[in-house]
Amino acid sequence: MEVGLFIPCYMDALEPEVGISTLKLLERLGVDVTYPFDQTCCGQPMTNTGCHKEAAATEALFVKNFSRFDYIVMPSGSCTNQVRHHFDAIDQTDDVQHVRKNTYDLVEFLHDILKVETFPWARFPHKVAIHYNCNALRGLRHASMSERRESFFSKPKNLLEKVKGIEFVELERPDECCGFGGTFSVFEEGVSAKMGQDKVMDQQRSGAEYIISADSSCLMHQKGCAQRMGVNLQYAHIAQILNGDLS
Amino acid sequence: MINLQDEAQPKGAKIRGNKPVDQLEAANRFIAASAHQKMHDQRLWDLRKKRDAQMHLIPEWEELRDLASEIKNHTLDFLADYLEEFERNATANGVHVHWAKDAQESNQIISDILKQHDAKTLVKSKSMLGEECCLRQHLEQDGVKVIETDLGERIQQLDHEDPSHVVVPAVHKTRTDVSKVFEKTLNAQKGNNDVHYLAEVQRETTRPYILNADAGMTGGNFLVAETGAVVVCTNEGNADLSANTPPLHIVTVGIEKIIPKMEHLAVFIRLLSRSALGSPITQYTSYFRGPRKDGEMHVVLVDNGRSTRLANKTFKPGLKCIRCGACMNTCPVFRRSGGLSYGSVYAGPIGLILSPGYNTHKYRNLPFASTLNGSCTNVCPVKINLHEQIFAWRETLAKDNELSLSKRVIMKTLGQLFASPRMYRTAIQTGDRALKYLPHFMVYNRLNSWGRQRDIPSTPKETFHSWYAKNYQKKEKRDE
Repeated sequence: MEVGLFIPCYMDALEPEVGISTLKLLERLGVDVTYPFDQTCCGQPMTNTGCHKEAAATEALFVKNFSRFDYIVMPSGSCTNQVRHHFDAIDQTDDVQHVRKNTYDLVEFLHDILKVETFPWARFPHKVAIHYNCNALRGLRHASMSERRESFFSKPKNLLEKVKGIEFVELERPDECCGFGGTFSVFEEGVSAKMGQDKVMDQQRSGAEYIISADSSCLMHQKGCAQRMGVNLQYAHIAQILNGDLS
Repeated sequence: MINLQDEAQPKGAKIRGNKPVDQLEAANRFIAASAHQKMHDQRLWDLRKKRDAQMHLIPEWEELRDLASEIKNHTLDFLADYLEEFERNATANGVHVHWAKDAQESNQIISDILKQHDAKTLVKSKSMLGEECCLRQHLEQDGVKVIETDLGERIQQLDHEDPSHVVVPAVHKTRTDVSKVFEKTLNAQKGNNDVHYLAEVQRETTRPYILNADAGMTGGNFLVAETGAVVVCTNEGNADLSANTPPLHIVTVGIEKIIPKMEHLAVFIRLLSRSALGSPITQYTSYFRGPRKDGEMHVVLVDNGRSTRLANKTFKPGLKCIRCGACMNTCPVFRRSGGLSYGSVYAGPIGLILSPGYNTHKYRNLPFASTLNGSCTNVCPVKINLHEQIFAWRETLAKDNELSLSKRVIMKTLGQLFASPRMYRTAIQTGDRALKYLPHFMVYNRLNSWGRQRDIPSTPKETFHSWYAKNYQKKEKRDE
């Protein structure tokens, strides 16, 4: 099984340590991982703004970089959702179909494909609240959704439960959007920041020390809000916890 | 913390003719009124929680939604047939049925009916279609006195504001705001903001109008083709009073409100109020099948753009809407922004997909007032794919050249940058250059609005890419 690793553009530039944790975790689990050098972005900023034509070349580049792999794995539910559900700006060749079908978010890959049972190296004796990225939650079905009548399940929680010492706390609004929303956070800055501030207050009230998510983009926004508000909360990507990097 | 009593209620979006509504500007003003914003968010979130509780009491909730959606889809596929069936049956019941192709025609029909009866006063219950057609303004120009009988709608009428929500039209107002409006317009006691007192003032001042009105008007939540009946759901009983007290009852209703049979009504009645307010049923669910004794009943079936939407495959599912407002209650953007910030009859997620259909240029900013989080789609009792339609509207706007210049320029630049690994790498080189480029590049905006209320992420020493190049270069078969 050969896996192509995609590192989202914002993570490459701003949070390389999450990419490193992801790569090392996959290697530790015996996965043959390759990071194609010519990768850039998944095209989401353009597509979500309605500019599908402008995203076509980026989508084509992504397919060129990744079509030779059995699986494409990325530490981002949001980018996975983009590849799987929105790669429509280009001709749907066999390569494109292959890439769309075989792209997995890290949580899904560990949970559904590798079915990892244990992370013996990981310890995290802290109170944590899980943050669900909306695309991962409602697009990829990382977890059950509070609006729907369905039994509780949570793939990120299933994985984190295998980490020693971890303690979960619940948010009042467990799956309310934090207001990041990609370019929304910039173009609609006022509402975005307010949503982020409310999210941070909910997190603070929960008694959490750490907020863990499968998406760094939401966390970047929340962390920016928390720091500005002077709220002492830590934010970490699930890859860092599962790889035991923050023990 | 600002006291609710002292904080002025923020007004809605500024409307400048056909110019694009600046939703964000109005939303920012609403957020700045922090006490109002907090109250608004909490009130609507409470409705969402009550809705969730009701949902969990119905084991077959998701099946019920599927069924409702299928009934609506079927009805829309045979819309003309069911409307004709309704007309036949309603006419046989002694109801006068009228057809209006747009708002103007609908208003004219209603004017003509009122003139024929020499009616000068009209009591009306809440109707979003009435708002859509600017009916009140039209009739007032005609010299007809129109009194809203729904409490929230009456507050909004007296304050010269539009409803901010399809179910709870004055939800953005505090009781102090209401007390101020009533003090000015209904001669209520100064500073008395007791809710029972305020409701009583409204009731006492509205009842004489109802008793003496020449005509009554209601909207319609559902039309039943099989029986030719109009179903109206309210919590105040005001629709029943408006319909039954005056000798003339006029119903104005959108053509998409039709359902085939009585048995289907049960499905929607179970979903409507649970989704809207988290109550099992509305206090009054009234079934108007014909005119009262010695009275007259008219039903105006209004198209006003609905046929056009019906022909559009992408946006057709919007016609399934039963106006419960659940999408507004759950929408995190709506709860922060206030309904009046949208500057359109329909606000929130349903407004984002309906409004640009009425006027694409004017409402071109609305589909961007969403994070595409998808919660709206999940609460919708008739399973409208709201967030997918919001997404689709953005593409339509881009194709129609309705994106703002800054969005167009940034997206074109980003598209080119991300398509070229070499250019992209140059843009995010490590070291000093990253500090110079990153904030601008990563937040996609020269104005750098990111940093206004949030700290900008610190820039790491090196990118993942360069770390990998250093540490894995030997292992890697580089594709260069």
